[in-house]
Amino acid sequence: MKKLVKMLVSSAVVAAMAFGMTACTSGGNPTTQATTKAPDETAAATTAAPADTGDGLIKVGIINNDPNESGYRTANDRDMKATFTEENGYEASFFYSLKNEDQIAAAQKFIQDEVDYLLISAAGTSGWDGVLEQAQKAGIKVILFDRTIDASEDLYEASIVSDMAKEGQQAVDWLASQNLSEYKIVHIQGVMGSSAQIGRSGALDTKVAAEANWSIVKQQTAEWSEETAQQIVQAVIDSGETFNVIYAENDNMAKGAVAALDKANISHGVGKDVIVIGFDCNTWALEELLAGNWNYDGQCNPFQASYIDNIIKNGASQKVVIMEEKGFDATTITADDVANYGI
Amino acid sequence: MTTDTKVQSKGSAGEFFGKIIRNQLFIPIVALTLLVIFNLISDPGFFKIALEPSSTGNLILSGNLITIIDNASELVILAIGMTLVTSASGGQDISVGATIAIAGSTVLRIVKGYAPDIPGSQFAGMIIVSFLLCVVVSALFGAFNGALVAFFKIQPMVATLILFTAGRSIAAWINNNDNISINDKRFGYFGNFIPGIPVPTPVFITIFCIIVIALVLKFTNLRLYSQSVGINASSSRLNGINPKMIKLLTFVILGVCVAVCGFIKVSRTSSITYSVIANNIEMDAILAVALGGNNLGGGKFNLTSSVLGAYVIQFLTTTLYKFKEIDSSSISAYKAVVVILLIIISSPFVRKLIEDFKNKREAAKAEAAVGKEKA
Repeated sequence: MKKLVKMLVSSAVVAAMAFGMTACTSGGNPTTQATTKAPDETAAATTAAPADTGDGLIKVGIINNDPNESGYRTANDRDMKATFTEENGYEASFFYSLKNEDQIAAAQKFIQDEVDYLLISAAGTSGWDGVLEQAQKAGIKVILFDRTIDASEDLYEASIVSDMAKEGQQAVDWLASQNLSEYKIVHIQGVMGSSAQIGRSGALDTKVAAEANWSIVKQQTAEWSEETAQQIVQAVIDSGETFNVIYAENDNMAKGAVAALDKANISHGVGKDVIVIGFDCNTWALEELLAGNWNYDGQCNPFQASYIDNIIKNGASQKVVIMEEKGFDATTITADDVANYGI
Repeated sequence: MTTDTKVQSKGSAGEFFGKIIRNQLFIPIVALTLLVIFNLISDPGFFKIALEPSSTGNLILSGNLITIIDNASELVILAIGMTLVTSASGGQDISVGATIAIAGSTVLRIVKGYAPDIPGSQFAGMIIVSFLLCVVVSALFGAFNGALVAFFKIQPMVATLILFTAGRSIAAWINNNDNISINDKRFGYFGNFIPGIPVPTPVFITIFCIIVIALVLKFTNLRLYSQSVGINASSSRLNGINPKMIKLLTFVILGVCVAVCGFIKVSRTSSITYSVIANNIEMDAILAVALGGNNLGGGKFNLTSSVLGAYVIQFLTTTLYKFKEIDSSSISAYKAVVVILLIIISSPFVRKLIEDFKNKREAAKAEAAVGKEKA
C-alpha cells in the first residue's frame, strides 16, 4: 500500500515536472530527459497509439532469455542487437533472464520507462496476463517472439514462433524418404518438457507407433549435453544392440553421439551404416553435413528480428506468425547454405 | 579347554567382521558388489571386454567396464579435491560444475585460434600452454572461493554459490558466447584414445592424479593439517598451523582438479555447451565423498573411499543408461532411490544397529558356551 502511494506521488511529481518543462522548452530541441518523455506522458494518459520519442526513435524494450543458454539463443540475441539499432530507427533496451518472475519485473520496468514496443521471449508460459494488461493500458504494443504464452490474444500484437512439431515432422518425413528396410533408432532427447523436445519427439514417436519397421532401440534424455549423449550412445553400443539411425534433438547431442560412434568404429554419414540427424543448424554442424559425416540437420530459425521489424513498421497481418524453417540434406547442401543458415 | 579356544576364535572372527563393517571402505565396496551382481544377473555379458579396431584403425578396448572407468574419470578427480575441501573447511564447493565450464572455455579460447593442421611440436606447445593457462585460471577461481571461506569466514556452500551462479556466464563470456567446435582430431586424444594405445586417455590422467595426491599425502603434512583444521581450527592455530592458509590451499587444489576435469571434458567432444557442460557434477562429487563414508562436517577423511564412491556413482549412472525400460524423465528418480538406500545403509545409525545386533548375538553365544561348559 505504502509502495503504491509512493509510486503515485512520484509519478505525479514527474508528470508535473514534465509539463513544467514542456512549457519552458516548447518547440525547442528536446535534449533533457524530461522533455523527451513528455510526448509519451501525454500519450500514455490518453492511451493513444504510442508516439515516437522526441528524436524520432522507436523505443523498444526487449526481454529475452539468457544468451548463454544455447547457440540458438546467442544467434537470436545477435540478430536482435543487429536489427534494433539507431541506424534502423530504434532505441533498444535489453533484459535477459531465464526466470519468468525476473522477466515480468523487467516488463513492468519497461512499461514505467514508457517504451513503444515490448518484445518478449518468455521463460515461462504463465503469469503474464497482469503485466500485459498494464502494457495495453499504457498504450504499449507487445510482440512475442520465439515463445508463446498462455494469455488472451487481445493482449499482444503478434507472436512470432517456430513450429517445433513441424521441424520434427520435416525430419521424420526426410527419414522416411530414405526408404530403409528397417529403422532402428537411437533417440536422444532434450530437456524433458521443453517445447523443442516435445515437438521433435512427438513427430518421431507418432511415426514409430504407426510403422511396423520403425523401432526405438533407446530413448533417453541427454538434456542438451554432448557428454551425456556420448555416454548414452556408448551404453547402447556396449550392450551389443544394433541401430542405424541417431535422432538427436540438437546438434551438440548429435556431436556427442558421433564421438561415441567414432570410438566404436561404427561408420556414419552419407551412404554409411548409421544416419545422423541433428537440429538447430550450427555452422559447424552444417559443415559436418557438407563433409558427408552427418545426414540431416533441421533448422530452428533464430532470426525473428526482421519479422518483428516488419510488423512494427507495416503492422501485423496475423496474430501468429510461423517462421519458415528448412531442413538440410547432406547430399544437397551447398557451401552457400552453410554461410547463410549457419548460426 | 577346547571349547574355550573355540569361543575365543569365534570372538576374533566376529571382531574381524566388525572391523570390516566399521571400515570406511565397506559401504562403497558393498555398493559396487551389489551393482556388479545386479548387472551380472540382468546381463551376463555385461563385463565382456573386447579389443576392436576403432574408426581411426587402431585397436581399442571397449565394453561396459571400460566405459564406466573412462566416464568416471572427471568425477574421481573432482572427488579427490572435494574430499580435501570437505576435510579442511567442513563444507562443500558447489561451484565445480560452473568452474569446469570456465576451465574448458579457457582451453578452447586458446585452441580455437589455431589452424587444424599445425605441425606436431607446435600443437604440443599450444596444448601445454592452454592447459597451464586453464590450471592458473581455475586455481585463481579456487583461490577466490577459498579466500571467501578462509578470510571472510563465509560458509563454503554460500561462498561457492557466487561462482555456481556466475560461472557459466563467465565461461560463455570468455569465448564471446561462440558455439565452438574444434576440427583438429588430435585435440580429441585427451578425452578419447591416443592412437596405438587401447586404453582411454582419461584413465591415465586419473591414475596420474591419484598417484600425485597419494605422494603429496605421504610426503607432506597436508593430511594431518587439513584434518586438524577441520576438527578444530582454533586449537590447530594454537599448535602453529595457519588454518586460513590450509583452507585456501585445499580450495586451490580443488581448482587444479577442476582444470584437469575441464580439459578432459572439452576434449571428449571437441566442443562446449556453456550451460550444460558438467551439469550437476557438483552433486555427484559431493555424493562420492558422502558415499565414501567421509564426514561432510570436516575432519578425518579417506581418499580411497571417496574415489571408490565416485566409481560407484558412475557405475550406477551407466547401469541406468543401459536399461531400455527406464523412461527418460524418471532416470533421476531411480538414481535418487539407490542413493538414498546407500546413504541410509552407510549412516552411523544403521551401522550402530548392525553392530549392536552382532554384539548381542555374540554375547548370547558366549553365554550359551559358558553354560555348556558348566554343565
